[in-house]
Amino acid sequence: MDFNGSDTIPGPRAEDHLPHTTTAAAKIVIVGGFGVGKTTMVGSVSEIRPLTTEETMTQAGIGVDDNYGSETKTATTVAMDFGRIRITEQVVLYLFGTPGQERFWFLWNGLFEGALGAVVLVDTRRIEVSFEVMGRLEEGGVPFVVAVNTFPDGPRYPIDDLRAALDLPPEIPIVECDVRRRASSRDVLMTLMRFLHSLALTRSLT
Amino acid sequence: MTPPQRRRRQPLPQPPPPPPPLLNDPKEGAEGEGKNPERLYIITGADGERAPVDLVTLVVARAEPPSSATPEQTAVLRMCAAPLSVAEISAYLGLPFSVVTVLLTEMLAAELVQARAPIVRQQLPDRSLLEAVMHGLQRL
Repeated sequence: MDFNGSDTIPGPRAEDHLPHTTTAAAKIVIVGGFGVGKTTMVGSVSEIRPLTTEETMTQAGIGVDDNYGSETKTATTVAMDFGRIRITEQVVLYLFGTPGQERFWFLWNGLFEGALGAVVLVDTRRIEVSFEVMGRLEEGGVPFVVAVNTFPDGPRYPIDDLRAALDLPPEIPIVECDVRRRASSRDVLMTLMRFLHSLALTRSLT
Repeated sequence: MTPPQRRRRQPLPQPPPPPPPLLNDPKEGAEGEGKNPERLYIITGADGERAPVDLVTLVVARAEPPSSATPEQTAVLRMCAAPLSVAEISAYLGLPFSVVTVLLTEMLAAELVQARAPIVRQQLPDRSLLEAVMHGLQRL
């Protein structure tokens, strides 16, 4: 081996080390269709340069990804971007942006299990691409808020019209955002945390 | 202009079925496990080959890399001098999450690393945690 050992050891930069007092991490998942801004949102609030984790998945040999009618299962590598925010000396929060191919989101073992909640990013030009994932979150009991990433050329619907179209109960927050801006992305996460907090209050009273 | 219409769904009574098996079967991926089967029992109990690590389980090194350590184990021990999530280990090693869980299962069994369990969503969420997260976000 002729490469320089100490320079090639992978790992976080010194300034990205978590303190030893960090005892636990929590995660939030950002879901939405391809190109809706998930990776941008992760990057705009993360305190570390966003990283990519991947998983190898098998899929039955059906549909477009087939290799000339191969009957065996094919392997697909699915990548997911994530970022990190230090909350306290003990707690750190991770944000995961789901991969573009929707059919993999719920195959990724443990992605949604245990997540505090989810942000569903919606593009008003294609709101129907978020329908399936909202349904899956509802079925799985994962609390979520809806964030409408505002694109200049996208139609602007009144929030009440969007709520009706998305068939969301009044308590689920719907907010507009510009995920390129840290403050705007941060506000979306705050909306999710306030919503989770209100759920906790409601449940503790019943 | 009217947006397309969705219909809300209800929570399912049962948790969703487990995902299909991964291509990298843990039994094949973890070399040498067959020689030392009791390790698996210690870490995972009777029902699985891998330690129950989450994407955000935090891993901390407990030891210096032993001379017998593989390059991957050495890399994990170096980068986990400070706590690091499994997702980050996967990213820095450039290895799939399931492969990293196999690697960490061995290292947990050998007591080379310690795992700090993640905070998971509960039926009754921890309000003080949520408040801490809100305060943390406000500082951003």
